[in-house]
Amino acid sequence: MVDSSLVLKGQTIAYTLYTVVIMLVMLWFAYKVTKTGKGKNVVKPALFYTFVIFLTTLGISLHIITFNTIPWSEMDLNRGKITPDKSFVITVEDHQFKLPDEEMLIEVGEIVEFDVTTLDLTYGFGLFRQDNSMLFQMQVVPGHRNDILWQFVKPGIYTIRSTEYSGPKGIAMVEKDVVRVVEKIIE
Amino acid sequence: MSFVKTLMNGEQGLFKAGSLTAMQKLALRFVVVGLVYYLFVVVEGMLMRIYAVEQISMISQDQYFAILTAHPLVGIFGSTYLIVMGAFLFLVPFLMKKPIYSLKLANWNFGLIAGGTFTFWAAGFISHYAPLYTLYWPLPADFSQFNPVGGAIFVLGIALIMVGSMLFVVNVFKTITYTPEGWEKQPAGRLLGSALGTSGIANIFRKKKNRREHLVPLPVAAIARGSVDVALNAIILLFTGVLILVFMVAAILGHDLRESAIDALLYKNWFWWGLDLIADGLVLIFVAGTWYLLATMITGKKLFMGNIARAALLVELIVSWTVWSHHLLSDQAQPAILKVLSGEMVTAFELITQGLAFFIVLATLWSARPLKMTNELKFLLGGLAGFALAVPAGIMQADVGLNRILHNTQWIIGPHVHVAILVGLTMTLYSAIYFLFPILTNGAKWYSQKLANIHFWLHLIGGIGMGAFMGMAGLKGMLRRTLYFNGEFDLYMILAAVCGTLLLLSFLAFFYNLVMSVGVNGVIGIFRPTKNVNKDLLPAE
Repeated sequence: MVDSSLVLKGQTIAYTLYTVVIMLVMLWFAYKVTKTGKGKNVVKPALFYTFVIFLTTLGISLHIITFNTIPWSEMDLNRGKITPDKSFVITVEDHQFKLPDEEMLIEVGEIVEFDVTTLDLTYGFGLFRQDNSMLFQMQVVPGHRNDILWQFVKPGIYTIRSTEYSGPKGIAMVEKDVVRVVEKIIE
Repeated sequence: MSFVKTLMNGEQGLFKAGSLTAMQKLALRFVVVGLVYYLFVVVEGMLMRIYAVEQISMISQDQYFAILTAHPLVGIFGSTYLIVMGAFLFLVPFLMKKPIYSLKLANWNFGLIAGGTFTFWAAGFISHYAPLYTLYWPLPADFSQFNPVGGAIFVLGIALIMVGSMLFVVNVFKTITYTPEGWEKQPAGRLLGSALGTSGIANIFRKKKNRREHLVPLPVAAIARGSVDVALNAIILLFTGVLILVFMVAAILGHDLRESAIDALLYKNWFWWGLDLIADGLVLIFVAGTWYLLATMITGKKLFMGNIARAALLVELIVSWTVWSHHLLSDQAQPAILKVLSGEMVTAFELITQGLAFFIVLATLWSARPLKMTNELKFLLGGLAGFALAVPAGIMQADVGLNRILHNTQWIIGPHVHVAILVGLTMTLYSAIYFLFPILTNGAKWYSQKLANIHFWLHLIGGIGMGAFMGMAGLKGMLRRTLYFNGEFDLYMILAAVCGTLLLLSFLAFFYNLVMSVGVNGVIGIFRPTKNVNKDLLPAE
């Protein structure tokens, strides 16, 4: 499984390129629309329908492409059928995470389940790298099962943070450096 | 003319508030108060931006989150709703060539939304009620963090706005369908069918010679279809408000109702279904309708692919009822089928419907070139650019895979929400304001074109820049709706604040230009009672 930072990089490049192109198109249009053009200035319906087909293809293919290239998408939708290598049960109440007693130690390559239960409000559950970037997150809703599978691809130390607003008290919901991922231990 | 004379009486003394009809005054009141609330929002935004970098002592953390709660609501209801409703209450009779159904309803509409906004804003300011607009259950009823009395007044303010919104909807539909006194009987059913689009659907199944013409102009059809979402949204928010109010009243009376009596996920689905009718419904439909109107007015030409545009508005309405699940892609208990169908696939239709509107408007403008780069044209192009940037950003986050690493980050609120609202929506509204200004003021002139240019460029650069820096912070992991204490994302927030300052300066340039154009006496005159109260849109020659 690729690291989520790589997916973010790809997204950043794609969206930045798109932004530059669309702004150039708008600038070109704004300039040209004030000038006298050659011909009748009529846009042919064929161009319009081609654009419709392009948008439809783009809208649908985006999700097909991400489903087939972002590894956690399929794992997430089918997580009921997957048996994790390790499972951590976490409870949240009164704006505090109650973490497992033992250290949350994970080996690279393991599929890990985080099973988070809230006893009062709606919270979020996210893992963050030491440079503050986000590895993944999910919502934690009371009265429901909130579980996520994640396969860790490289060693690192991660901070748990609530990613959903739960009132002013929620800003303190940070458990620093509590998840440790190490290289596979060869016995 | 001296500066003081211009300040008091407006540019060349052309604006005479006494010459305005009741309808013109009504529309101007909506717009002026909407602009004042916009200033509230910009100042609140700047305060929060400063606080995100440096937690200044004059604002407590509770106050910060109260501002965070009020900020979008004042922006949506106090500013956008008022400006849009004021413009539409004037435009529907203008385009239908008949008087408004009820001036009284329109005045109540104005009073309830303006008053309701101030009520919830003041309740939040004083009591620090801060469950955010998302109101995820049971946070709005968490009385260990919030005062139930402050909360009850807050909810009352929102309820007033919803009642005001319902009056707007009634007035719009009645204006389209009613028969004014002394007129020949109007075909109410057919007018309603044309407004909602059912006659257009029926035409598909009719032979060409039997097809019925559209009785309602396209922009009015857009207003009517967007109004359906206004009504549905009002029903959902009113019901939710009553629900929360029950818990608040019980708490005030000393009873603790069991919060778990309400299923948090069901509530979240219900609430987002209603709330999303604004962001993914009426805003997109109203904006597309306004684009079409402006494009035809600016060019004097027929709309390119008018029938397709009309059909796309209906598709957009139906899409708006089925997209809410993209807000729950990170909720693990949400059924996968809803995530994929509603959250991803149906949401992707917004790329198509907004893309079509974008293309149709550009093609219509192109057909009339060379065009003069007027204020309304440049702001219209700015609005188009805003949605061209913000809609794809939204489609990206409405993806099961990408949402896992984007949800609740600054990406959502920056490149998607702020660019859509500040650049796409607000610049479209400014275009409409520049277009309507001479009509609503009986030919008053703008004080300074230079200020109008400053308004345009600072707003465009500030809006896109703010969204971009927030987006960069989001991609680096910065969450929304929280605070950081170790300067983790200060650089991005400072750069976003610089862009926010440009937005503030842009608005001040615009407001100063407006006041100097109509004069202080003119602004006061707008709020003075009209001598001849009738439904005339424009004064008799």
